[in-house]
Amino acid sequence: MIQAIVFFPLIGALVAGLLGRVIGHRTSEYVTTGLLIVSALLAWAVFLPYVFNGGEAAGVTKVHVLDWVHSGPLTLDWILRVDTLTAVMLVVVTTVSSLVHVYSIGYMADDPHRARFFAYLSLFTFAMLMLVTADNFLQMFFGWEGVGLASYLLIGFWYTRPSANAAAIKAFVVNRVGDFGFALGIFAAFMVLGHLGFDDAFAAVSGQAGKTMHFLSWNFDAMTVVCLLLFMGAMGKSAQFLLHTWLPDAMEGPTPVSALIHAATMVTAGVFMVARLSPMFEASPFAMSVVFVIGAITAFFAATVGLVQNDIKRVIAYSTCSQLGYMFVALGAGVYSVGIFHLFTHAFFKALLFLGAGSVIHAMHHEQDMRNMGGLAKKIPATYWLMVVGTLALTGVGIPGTPIGFAGFLSKDAIIETAYSVGGNLGTFGFWSLTIAACFTSFYSWRLIHLTFHGEPRHDAPAIADVHDQSSHAEPDDAHDDHGHAHGSAYDNAHESPPVMLVPLYILGAGAVLSGMVFTGFFFANPELVEHFFHGAVAVVVERYEAAHGVPFLVSSAATIAMLIGFGVAWYMYMVDKAAPRRLAQANPGLYQFLLNKWYFDELYDLIFVRPAFWIGNALWKGFDDWLVDQTIVEGLGHRVKDVTNRVVRLQSGYLYTYAFVMLIGVALLLTWAIVAGGLLG
Amino acid sequence: MLDAAGIGLGHYLTVAAILFTLGVFGIFLNRKNIIIILMSVELILLAVNINFVAFSAQLNDLAGQVFALLILTVAAAEAAIGLAILVIFYRNRGTIAVEDVNQLKG
Repeated sequence: MIQAIVFFPLIGALVAGLLGRVIGHRTSEYVTTGLLIVSALLAWAVFLPYVFNGGEAAGVTKVHVLDWVHSGPLTLDWILRVDTLTAVMLVVVTTVSSLVHVYSIGYMADDPHRARFFAYLSLFTFAMLMLVTADNFLQMFFGWEGVGLASYLLIGFWYTRPSANAAAIKAFVVNRVGDFGFALGIFAAFMVLGHLGFDDAFAAVSGQAGKTMHFLSWNFDAMTVVCLLLFMGAMGKSAQFLLHTWLPDAMEGPTPVSALIHAATMVTAGVFMVARLSPMFEASPFAMSVVFVIGAITAFFAATVGLVQNDIKRVIAYSTCSQLGYMFVALGAGVYSVGIFHLFTHAFFKALLFLGAGSVIHAMHHEQDMRNMGGLAKKIPATYWLMVVGTLALTGVGIPGTPIGFAGFLSKDAIIETAYSVGGNLGTFGFWSLTIAACFTSFYSWRLIHLTFHGEPRHDAPAIADVHDQSSHAEPDDAHDDHGHAHGSAYDNAHESPPVMLVPLYILGAGAVLSGMVFTGFFFANPELVEHFFHGAVAVVVERYEAAHGVPFLVSSAATIAMLIGFGVAWYMYMVDKAAPRRLAQANPGLYQFLLNKWYFDELYDLIFVRPAFWIGNALWKGFDDWLVDQTIVEGLGHRVKDVTNRVVRLQSGYLYTYAFVMLIGVALLLTWAIVAGGLLG
Repeated sequence: MLDAAGIGLGHYLTVAAILFTLGVFGIFLNRKNIIIILMSVELILLAVNINFVAFSAQLNDLAGQVFALLILTVAAAEAAIGLAILVIFYRNRGTIAVEDVNQLKG
């Protein structure tokens, strides 16, 4: 059954990818989607025993697929490992993926390369499943790179668009930076722990306390080095602060891709990895603090940038970045199950928001700038209400003190409480950044709703001209937008999406409402149940949960208060006093530009990395390759030979008498030599 | 026998050497006409013939004279072929001036 879950998407990808031209788009869609749905149902069948019976009874299943490497002390096999953590991830990945497949049938209906698209989607799902079912570091790395590849292919899916290609390359390159750390981390783990299989490696961790690594006359704590290197990989994949720049650009891909890869699954691979390796991170308090701080900074930073973005997808992208920061805070605080809990709920409501945004974009004929929307609630009511549900879940609406609320209320508040319970400077820093980020989250989410759905249609109002427009309009690049523009504005022609797109939204909406309330006990609320549920799949330290539950009421309701403030401000600025945002931006032009340009990270990286790289590349190209190798060595030698031969060739005058003369001289010399030395005759 | 009139082998060889030298210089000092080259070749061959005959008489060995006859035959054939080539060459190039015959250069 587990093989079926993992390999059905691969089969789908191969069929659609290799035979797509033969069997046609429609068949490719049905094959990949059908296989994914089967895979998702099987994943739930695997997951439910863990829910009902707990991690101990359901046990750890290891399916040996193939032998791989047997070399000296290194033994690696392809093994599908299923425990509680994997089961949760299986459910998240296959469910969201199958819903996105279904949704894409509607969303991509006019695209001329649908078979390829579905092949990529299924390929991605396969790679992600390999990642979450990995039983050793190398298998995880295989899945890790596989999702990176699929992400690259899907971001650049509309390959006629230069910006999409640039975004794809950017995502790939930034991820290489993280993967470099991840690979080094795997090497270091093998060196320090002696094993690449997870169980053996974790068993070896306890013997490593206090051991140091010698590097360039410094001594480092071995486990800290290993964990920080591995976390570098997680930072790249999960778009954490400093390595986040690729995620907003990745929105160049089709919207279902953003929902699946850049919101629900792939970007959470880093969270999954840290949770999977929690026994190792437990051995390094310093690494845990780094995870905590990076997560908190990301949550705050991304939320501030999200405040002023105008592209509907970019707002949600920064929101994703911010929420991933929340997850890492939970991991850094040592309550891994809470991080996974937020991953789980976030997958539902963020996929819902992205697919809802896709529905809006679909309705508006590929308009993505929110300044050109407005008043859409009347036109596309189903999408509107689903987006509101997603927003309520993202902003964490619920009743403080009770386990009643939307999904984000339970998981996000749990993270804020645990951050507070860490205590000390670290806890204070984490608590305040997360709370402020929660306020910002609420503001930008409601801003999105107000700008898109409420108020008057602004379709023919000129886009605000005082800011340079850096949002990426999805220009209709090829034939997939041949309807609508003929007459009337986009608003007039806005239409509700077909059922094939709305049904996945309903399912995700149900998840966004219920997943928090149903599963909070398993992940956070009830420490005994958490331990029972996970049973060693991630490290569970009960005291930390109890500390988190013991925080003051004011702390546990802080997120709700922050959410209400954000909602109120958004309501005032975008519904009551509509000139307020413009006034505010003009009153603080520096801050506004700073946020609008994403803290100038792209410009900074351009200055530090991209331009020097171009400069060095240019120097090596022009100076080394062109001048030294080509002109001096290769062509230079050729030229010298040619010079010599050009002189030699003049001896060949073509005149008979010259040849005769030379011949005569030769004969004379030969004879002279023969006579003088007696060579020939003597 | 040879020195009946005070003319010895040395004289014959001297004449042959002069003829040979004339022939050689005729080949590579001549800048005008290919026919002169052919004639020079004949001169060289004749110089060789004189040597053969002189030594044949000196050594009382007829083989030298037989060789001389053979060389005369070959020279006739060579002259015929050379002239034939010359005619063809003239048809193709319109000239037999030595200065223009330089197609063999590199």
